[in-house]
Amino acid sequence: MRKPSAAATATIHVGLVLACVVTLYPVLWVIKMALSPTDGMALSANPFPDHVTFEHFKAVLFSHNGAGTWLFGRQLLASLYVSGATTIVGLLLAVTAAYALSRFQFPGKSAGMQSLLITQMFPATLMLVPLYEILQRLHLLDSLSGLVLVYATSSLPFCVWMLKGYFDTIPRELEEAAIMDGASRTQVFIRVVLPLCRPALAVTALFSFMTAWNEFILAATLLNDETKFTLPVALQRFVGEYQVEWGKFAAGALIVSAPVMLLFFALQKHLVGGLTAGGVKG
Amino acid sequence: MNSAGSTPLRSARHDRWWVLLVTFLFTTSALAAPLKLWHAYRGAEEESLQKAVAAFTKSTGIEVELLAVPYDAFGSKLESAIPHGNGPDVFIFNHERLRSFEQEKLVAPSDGFIERPSYIPSAIDALSVNGNTYGYPLSLKCLALFVNDKLVPSPPKTTDEWIGQLQQLSHADENRFGLAYESGDFYFHAGFLFGFGGQLFDENGKAKFDTDGMAKSLAFVKGLQDRRYIPQEASGALIKSLFNDGKAAMVISGPWFAGEISPSVSYHVASLPKVSPTGLPLRPFLGVEAAFVSAHAFQPEAAQKLARFLSVGDGALVRATIGRQVPAELAAYDRPEIKNDRLIAAFRDAAANATPMPNTVEMSRVWEPMKLALRAVLQGEVAPEDAGALATRRYRALNRDTPPTASPVPYELAGILFALGWIGWTAYRARSPIPFKKRYPDLTTALAYVAPAAAGLLVLVAVPFVSGIALAFFHHEGGQYTFVGLANFVDILRSKGYRITEPLSFYFTLVVTVLWAFVNVALHVSIGLALALLLKNPLLKLRGLYRVLLIVPWAVPNYITALMWKGMFHRQFGAINGLLVALGIQPISWFTHWSTSFAANVATNTWLGFPFMMVVALGALQSIPTDLYEAAEVDGAGRWAQFKKITLPLLRPALLPSVILGTVWTFNMFNVIYLVSGGEPGGQTDILVSEAFRWAFQRNEQYGYAAAYSVLIFFVLLTYSAFTKKLTQGAEEVLG
Repeated sequence: MRKPSAAATATIHVGLVLACVVTLYPVLWVIKMALSPTDGMALSANPFPDHVTFEHFKAVLFSHNGAGTWLFGRQLLASLYVSGATTIVGLLLAVTAAYALSRFQFPGKSAGMQSLLITQMFPATLMLVPLYEILQRLHLLDSLSGLVLVYATSSLPFCVWMLKGYFDTIPRELEEAAIMDGASRTQVFIRVVLPLCRPALAVTALFSFMTAWNEFILAATLLNDETKFTLPVALQRFVGEYQVEWGKFAAGALIVSAPVMLLFFALQKHLVGGLTAGGVKG
Repeated sequence: MNSAGSTPLRSARHDRWWVLLVTFLFTTSALAAPLKLWHAYRGAEEESLQKAVAAFTKSTGIEVELLAVPYDAFGSKLESAIPHGNGPDVFIFNHERLRSFEQEKLVAPSDGFIERPSYIPSAIDALSVNGNTYGYPLSLKCLALFVNDKLVPSPPKTTDEWIGQLQQLSHADENRFGLAYESGDFYFHAGFLFGFGGQLFDENGKAKFDTDGMAKSLAFVKGLQDRRYIPQEASGALIKSLFNDGKAAMVISGPWFAGEISPSVSYHVASLPKVSPTGLPLRPFLGVEAAFVSAHAFQPEAAQKLARFLSVGDGALVRATIGRQVPAELAAYDRPEIKNDRLIAAFRDAAANATPMPNTVEMSRVWEPMKLALRAVLQGEVAPEDAGALATRRYRALNRDTPPTASPVPYELAGILFALGWIGWTAYRARSPIPFKKRYPDLTTALAYVAPAAAGLLVLVAVPFVSGIALAFFHHEGGQYTFVGLANFVDILRSKGYRITEPLSFYFTLVVTVLWAFVNVALHVSIGLALALLLKNPLLKLRGLYRVLLIVPWAVPNYITALMWKGMFHRQFGAINGLLVALGIQPISWFTHWSTSFAANVATNTWLGFPFMMVVALGALQSIPTDLYEAAEVDGAGRWAQFKKITLPLLRPALLPSVILGTVWTFNMFNVIYLVSGGEPGGQTDILVSEAFRWAFQRNEQYGYAAAYSVLIFFVLLTYSAFTKKLTQGAEEVLG
């Protein structure tokens, strides 16, 4: 490849810096709201706070209920449990299904692939009424495990599509060789195939985690117990009937977003490869 | 419970010790099950409720479990939880929804427990339905006039006097106003409507908008705005800051506003003035907050006791002194702590003039038409005298006639025939000369791999999906479902009750939605691709940093993004208007015109969506072999030619699945529309999903109609994906 000239490099940097400024401006604004004593409500284009206070963060982090339970702690645990379990359950279901779709022939295979895509087209909010009935019958209402099952299945179609695409790019010869050497199907799957798709697995895990960590409407409808609320539902309480507590909302928003951002930064190298390897092959 | 617990044990000849222990455990667990009380209070009100409940537990020994439910989710949560036995024993709610709670059998009457003469009569009336009383009135909520003592020595008695004061106090150029209130909200306008002799319902209790009082009250308020006595599009945050800065001399608000006033402002509360032409006082709505006992309470007697306790005596006292609520109990006003409380006394006086808000279902139907008419007048799109007609038309469209009941038999037959045909057709297509076993050698392994995912999808995705479709053939009203066949679809597609060019019509919304999806995906792809091209050189310095910073929006939950951008587009405090002012441009009122409102939605969605396309494009670019470019360079092809002849054609197949998926996601991107523009102005920026949501959850639970909307959305997307699939297959055949 030709080495770009100095002028071209400079242009590229200017373009990228501009893009970063536009991207980060809203985030700075939220940080300003979270740190300003007055909810940051003033007509100004300056995204940096004039006075800094950590009151909003304190109020969110050390929230207690009437019974003296440390609410934020419980809600953080609930969120971690739901997202962690969703990731594990979702990954197990997606990996096996995607492998079968990639490697085996069975009746209903193409119809199955089609219907996975189709499920993305029905508005999710409108499935709420029937979903509530089903969870009620299964005695999974107001339960974090019920939420885990719902999240794991709802993120499944996307995960399966992505993983199947990745499996398709892995040459079958490797597996055939292993089978020649006397390995069983399961061994081949676990020892040969899975280690090869670490990037795709990382990305799938990230998406499952993110779905569960960020979801709000289902959690707000299905959970009743304040100590089991996931963080997004807890955040909703700052948007009240008569007023919005912008400072606390902003502080809460930053706290909720931080873990996913860290995960993104940690996994971003895999992101590019994991997401597109399947798609590139078409 | 005792005998049930002990009999089997005794017959099993266990020691009596065990029997005792088991009975003990059973009885204590029954005693220890606490009462559940749900509320939506925050801050001081929540604190006062906790104190009142602690006093109840102290005096009765009955434990109570409090749950604070987010206000937005409260009503729907009660409606779903109570019939299923997951609800509270007692809940605190405004009386406004009482009639629908009663219809759905969520509340138990308090007759036989309640002493009606202990309360302010209008509060008891508000809790009466068909001769029964439900719940116990806790507090009164209505609007009054907050007056800055320094700026206004004596509060106005009549509107004529008021206008005179406002004229002197208002200097809009200095951002000073005589009065501030949320003029775009019908709750705040109702006082003017009734004060000008208007009414909202005819003698049969049906909504009626086209009245003289309506036109006059709207003209009056428009006059206040045109003369710049009140700020335009005022939000709660603006009003708070104006009053605290001494820039609004008077504010119309409720008891909750007292908590927002800074200690440095000296103020008092007065009743709203009389309307000079009619001689009637401005009569705001009276809301009664009540403790309702659930119809499915596990311990009904204890629940009645708790609800009553909160409404009278020390319960009322602590809510008034700490929670700053205006008690509904008469005896409370004999207590010195409450008698000498100026704020509470003032609101009690104001409540005497207020119009109790009807607890009928009809009342819940007037909000959307009135909001539309009020905003249209304030924005100068409709003359005050035509506003009533506008509201009437919207009202008729929202409250369509119940479709006739249909017989389900033909539909069932059609369903069975369709299923049989589908099975037959699949079997026909699957026929093959190769034996089944040979065709699918790994069948059992494959099924074992697929089964867990398939089972999960079947129960939690396929079943709700099919029920959702089935729901589209029913009409839902007052908790009852009736089978109406295709009537919902017919009504939607015939655009019944409104012209197809109106925002409420399916076709209008469809065009907006298609435009929305197209503009967004085009922006996502072009911005994503442009950034990917800038980032693709692996030798670029700081490449990792740029990439990390540019995917930040992806990591932010999208409802947070939406609320964040909603704040940035705020008329008075938004960063975007801040930037415009810094550049010397007039601030824009973003949500009053279709184009700016739509642009605000698009900006938000572009911000949150471009990183996904950027990452996909980066991956796709990396997969293009570099020797292709080298070869092209040898042949003397320029950069542009390389991009057109190599990059684009090779990117297409890689980007296409993401583009299809992105389109589907954007098409159903509910959060952004609902939270950023909220469909403003007048539902013009609503997309199909948000419209379906409104029919289901904001327009009297017309679930069937909403489900029909969803089915139509589904078919639109299905057609789109089938079409793009054909297109790509065609392209692949041509390209080989």
